[in-house]
Amino acid sequence: MGESGSGKSVTSLGIMGLHTGKNVRISGEIWLDGEELIAAGPGRVRKLRGAKMAMIFQDPLSSLHPYFTIGNQIVEAYRLHNDVSRQVARKHAIDLLGRVGIPRPAERIDDHPHQFSGGMRQRVMIAMALSCDPELLIADEPTTALDVTVQAQILDLISDLQEELGSAVIIITHDLGVVAELSDDILVMYAGRPAEYGAATDVFDRPGHPYTWGMLGSMPRMDRKRTQRLLPIPGTPPSLIRVPSGCAFHPRCAYTHLTGGRCDTEVPQLYEVASIGHEAACHLTAEARGRLWGELAEGKVPEEAAAVDNEAASSPVEKLSEPDADLSAGLFGPDPGSYDPTGAGYPTGAGDPARTGDEEAGA
Amino acid sequence: MIYFIIRRLIMTVFLLLLVSMITFAIFFLVPRLAGQTAYQLAAQYVGRNPIPSEIKAVEAKLGLNAPLWLQYGRYVKGIVFGVHYSSGTDVSYCPFPCFGYSFRNEQPVWPQLMSDAPVTLSLAIGAAVLWLIGGVAVGVLSALRKGTFFDRFSMGVALAGVSLPVFFTGLISLTLFSYKWPLFPNVHYVSITSNPLEWARNLVLPWITLAFLYAALYARITRAGMLETLGEDYIRTARAKGLPERQVILKHGLRATLTPIVTIFGMDLGLLLGGAILTESTFSLPGLGQFTILAIQNQDLPEIMGVVMLASFFIVIANMIVDILYTIIDPRVRILCRPAPCSNSATCGFTFRPTTDWCELSMVCRSLSSAARRWASWGSPAPASQ
Repeated sequence: MGESGSGKSVTSLGIMGLHTGKNVRISGEIWLDGEELIAAGPGRVRKLRGAKMAMIFQDPLSSLHPYFTIGNQIVEAYRLHNDVSRQVARKHAIDLLGRVGIPRPAERIDDHPHQFSGGMRQRVMIAMALSCDPELLIADEPTTALDVTVQAQILDLISDLQEELGSAVIIITHDLGVVAELSDDILVMYAGRPAEYGAATDVFDRPGHPYTWGMLGSMPRMDRKRTQRLLPIPGTPPSLIRVPSGCAFHPRCAYTHLTGGRCDTEVPQLYEVASIGHEAACHLTAEARGRLWGELAEGKVPEEAAAVDNEAASSPVEKLSEPDADLSAGLFGPDPGSYDPTGAGYPTGAGDPARTGDEEAGA
Repeated sequence: MIYFIIRRLIMTVFLLLLVSMITFAIFFLVPRLAGQTAYQLAAQYVGRNPIPSEIKAVEAKLGLNAPLWLQYGRYVKGIVFGVHYSSGTDVSYCPFPCFGYSFRNEQPVWPQLMSDAPVTLSLAIGAAVLWLIGGVAVGVLSALRKGTFFDRFSMGVALAGVSLPVFFTGLISLTLFSYKWPLFPNVHYVSITSNPLEWARNLVLPWITLAFLYAALYARITRAGMLETLGEDYIRTARAKGLPERQVILKHGLRATLTPIVTIFGMDLGLLLGGAILTESTFSLPGLGQFTILAIQNQDLPEIMGVVMLASFFIVIANMIVDILYTIIDPRVRILCRPAPCSNSATCGFTFRPTTDWCELSMVCRSLSSAARRWASWGSPAPASQ
């Protein structure tokens, strides 16, 4: 998850090998089912596309070809990767349409996309994506273009099918509600880099990155007083042509003064912040981070929290050095209510800095 | 579908009537408004240096002193049934379909048009096939190789093709391929029925000349459309399925790009069928274009009027065909006549569902009867509620 322009879609298109421009440079590693995709040629990636990995897009109207019937489009996808007759593929398509909840699929299969409602179209997209039983399904903002009621149906459908088929699903969204409902693991992205990665409960209950704090703070909450103002993150996401130096988030971060100037010079790597597998890319120390989130969780605005911490931060710089990793997991009970706002002894362990999280989600 | 076609046909008939009305007005109403008397008007229908008695005869034959709507009625009747032009003793018969009667040549216009039409038809259709294939192919290729040498070169040639007039490219091609290297010497029209091979051989140069002009235009349109289409989301979806790039472009891309091309193709072909004046003159092909030029040079008004009517008929008909083709090409245009979806599954099996065509026919009847009712109540005061 992340704001618009934080690189979510670009990353997923990169996984699918759908960047077609001449000047595209992709580096790093993408692992899918034991196969590295960047080293694999475009021909190989094309064979995997649709078969082992599939994608559904934001706007189901513009993503379906307006001149072909939906049956044709699904059959095309299925027959591309399976050597079957047209009739068999058609039966399969009808079956799929039924499974994604299209009423009277045998009649509707010969309809064109414009004859369906937005939610039904997205169901068709899902049916098409799942036609070859992919290992990985990437859903790029699958509900953004839909009504709220339909959104919930589509999300239910995706999670049902995920359970049924056992595919890995990557949901790309900026909608925290969607994230909370669907995901096991969350990767928060900012300016094309991972900002925080961890289990959904960890990221929601003990977020470790100021950007995540900002996003959670800008979301209306049922358990807060209604009069309380939402706290937007000031500023806008940076242009990726001119990414800010150091931590890309530092121009919008209220806590940069706590790190002794590292924020605008040094690019933070992902570190394990609290529990195993929960990582954040931030220069704040574990203590500062814990204290700040504690303040914010109590309802303070970032400026207050930062000011409170300012006094504490006047203590020597040695705080910046990572405390020894103390992975006594017992420190953090599973109940978020019992969270210790002082965050004393937040263990930090250097995570694998090369890891971006995408591979994990895709594996 | 049937409903749509029938409705479109009815509209076409009205459109043709309108065209005939405007044409008639230009030739008969406008001169009168400009102050010409019936005698002066009739004088133009007789050859140069006419004798007054001849003029009087034409005036009587055309009924130029009758009210204008009567004249128009006679004109339309001539087109539909044929008409007798009589001035007492002297009778000129103009059989169906009477698109005017040339009093100079003492013969109806229609047979002349029909004898010239095959030439124009051969020229226009042959060239259309060439330019459609050539233009679309070049356009697709240069869209795919945008920015490469091929793209720049072909678009440069296309620019030349759009800019250079036919009488220039035509003469150059004649000089080169008919005189310097006589691949196609002595270009003249041979009817397809008498010798198909000669017919084709003689038309190669005119075809290429005419097609060059249009292919250039089509290449540019195709290229622009293709580039736009390739940026669409559904192209990304096609790629995400794992389709090979060639299929993505030739199936998904071209399908969407062709739609606007069909529109202009219909228009262009319709326009050309009314006479490819420049090409026909350049290659001395005795088609409708040549006929038009001669008619204008001789100031033979019925002939000009006939060719104007025929040309506009071609355009209207081409338009209609394009519209009907659209229902096949673009499913979103299709008129759907589908019974409302059955909400109660228990009764679904028993619900009567007329076939689509019957349903559409009933829609035709309904819309016709409502039009008739509107027609009948025309002039009576409208209900206050409206």
